[in-house]
Amino acid sequence: WKMPTNKSVSKAPITQFVNCRILRDHKLQREDLWVREGRILDPEKLFFDEEGYADQRVDCEGLIIAPGFIDVQINGGYGIDFSQATSNVRGGVALVAKKILEHGVTSFLPTLVTSPPNIYHKVLSEVKVHSGGVEGAGVLGKEAVRKDVDTSSYVRLVLISGHDIQYCIPYNCCHLEGPFISLEKKGAHPEQYLRSFQSGGMLDLIETYGTLDNVAMVTLAPELPNSEKVVRELAQRGITVSLGHSVANLSQAEEAVQNGASFITHLFNAMLPFHHRDPGIVGLLTSDQVPQDRTVFYGMIADGIHTNSAALRIAHRAHPTGLVLVTDAITAMGLPPGRHTLGQQVIEIQGLHAYVAGTKTLSGSIATMDMCVRHFKQASGCSVEQALEAASLHPAQLLGITRCKGTLDYGADADLVLLDDAINVRATYIAGQEVWRK
Amino acid sequence: MKLIILNDYDQVGEWAAKYIRNKILRFNPGPDRFFILGLPTGGTPLGCYKKLIEFYKKGEISFKYVKTFNMDEYVGIPRDHPESYHSFMWNNLFKHIDIKSENTHILDGNAANLVEECDSFEEEIKAAGGIDLFVGGIGPDGHIAFNEPGSSLLSRTRVKTLAQDTILANARFFDGDLSKVPTMALTVGVATAMDAREVMILITGVHKAFALYKAIEEGVNHMWTVSAFQQHPQTVFVCDEDATLELRVKTVKYFQGMMHVHNKLVDPLPPN
Repeated sequence: WKMPTNKSVSKAPITQFVNCRILRDHKLQREDLWVREGRILDPEKLFFDEEGYADQRVDCEGLIIAPGFIDVQINGGYGIDFSQATSNVRGGVALVAKKILEHGVTSFLPTLVTSPPNIYHKVLSEVKVHSGGVEGAGVLGKEAVRKDVDTSSYVRLVLISGHDIQYCIPYNCCHLEGPFISLEKKGAHPEQYLRSFQSGGMLDLIETYGTLDNVAMVTLAPELPNSEKVVRELAQRGITVSLGHSVANLSQAEEAVQNGASFITHLFNAMLPFHHRDPGIVGLLTSDQVPQDRTVFYGMIADGIHTNSAALRIAHRAHPTGLVLVTDAITAMGLPPGRHTLGQQVIEIQGLHAYVAGTKTLSGSIATMDMCVRHFKQASGCSVEQALEAASLHPAQLLGITRCKGTLDYGADADLVLLDDAINVRATYIAGQEVWRK
Repeated sequence: MKLIILNDYDQVGEWAAKYIRNKILRFNPGPDRFFILGLPTGGTPLGCYKKLIEFYKKGEISFKYVKTFNMDEYVGIPRDHPESYHSFMWNNLFKHIDIKSENTHILDGNAANLVEECDSFEEEIKAAGGIDLFVGGIGPDGHIAFNEPGSSLLSRTRVKTLAQDTILANARFFDGDLSKVPTMALTVGVATAMDAREVMILITGVHKAFALYKAIEEGVNHMWTVSAFQQHPQTVFVCDEDATLELRVKTVKYFQGMMHVHNKLVDPLPPN
């Protein structure tokens, strides 16, 4: 039978996801999920206030609905390298944005590795979102930009190419990993472009990056002289400061946290190893010098290669609520084995490993986010809920965007990933619209 | 009075749900004739609601042409507070079935004028044509809805201050913090419930046994307001063994002997 006219306050259609288990309040619960105008709707309010009901029902056939995954460290993929100033930067970002929907990722920070200033200037100005037209392969034109008034820092970009595809890029867009990092811990970053704060700090930053407008996160080494002012200034501007590629000892790291740093870039990798008399940056996980009201989060590449499972378990058990899964995926993610370009260097794929060509230095990962979630769950023995939150809630908490991302709370953006019990992605939704289905 | 004595809580919930189901189906509601139900909250009817939801999901019953009037609601707690009766009804019944919001009626404990709210609730019941089946529970002090001991047996929907016993009994829903428990509520009156064409009271557990004894074996008394239903022509009391512990053996045996007749009321209806 057909429902008579809905008396709801808004004429927008209401979708009810039924026959599903949703991740809410840290538990998987048998509840329906209601969506209207791209946001999660409170059905009780709808019932009592508006005497409304659903216009369409989606049968999830018993699947899990989790908030869409958020990747705060991804360098590219599918042949795209975010650290290269190509003629079509925005198209490149858009392509990766579309492809990673298959892995359940609905929000991400395009990451740039250490690069020369001209790269930053070009890329950062291109990735800036504005309400003009959108470029990219197969894009026909119409773009809807929605600014989230609460956070005042997130927009949604609509690309239409055959079928509606939406993805969300944080307005303060990128994660800049370098160049203010330690020489000894440069990893795969090109040595010739490393820099220090020789002009006093912020000046060096502006000179190098050109602008901080589209920057959501900066990874730096806090032991570099003059870093304190930089950390404080960035944190004050709402830019997440992450410690990484560093030989800082624990007290240097703690001081940086007190100045506003809140993240650790790929824990264990490119930092001093844990030592029982000076745990270094790793010691932040259990440090008693972290201000009461703050949490130190840490990125973990759970691809089974970058971190030994036992080390992953030690970190997880020491500080489970701070663990943020990242892919640190490079250009080659999604591509066949062989040689590819990352930043200013060449890398080589061998199986699931990606090395700086000609060496055994890991160059980054090619694991997808859903692979990381599965591996993390299996290696740590954690619950499904904890594994899913490490890829959704925790990165949202890190970036301070939990009002609209990383949860299925009422009012949050309806960026969803539908998964089976083995945590395989079956469908992805952005703003309540299906954008990918297996 | 029919006294239905079953083994345990689950059986009580199932019997009551089947009774309601059969009543609705026999009534055969439609767009011009709604079946009007009076509904309770609390631990006692939960099992019954679960069963009703099961019957709905199996396709045995629809609530499309059913209107509901809840007995009571707290004063002063937000409507979406997890312990409000609005939340209770939404989570434990309404969200699982096909009832339309405009057909549900729950007193608004945050209304600007509480007396007017109560009066208009009475009007709404009247406008709906009166209640066909009023389902209720019983408090340990023998109260029906929030008609605490001493409530007039002729009372109508009104604001009531809750008895200390009731506040204590409710504390478990408010983290055991007495200061958080509401002290006032809006409730239908004893006479409002008596106006229903039929009444069904559910009683389970040892702690309700004394109240049941007072309600059906002693006189009609405003200290045990459920006793008012002794003067209602169509009452069903559905209880478990534990709730009968204060009754005379004679009473229990008499009604147990009638179970084979009473159980016919809950047999599945012949398809027609």
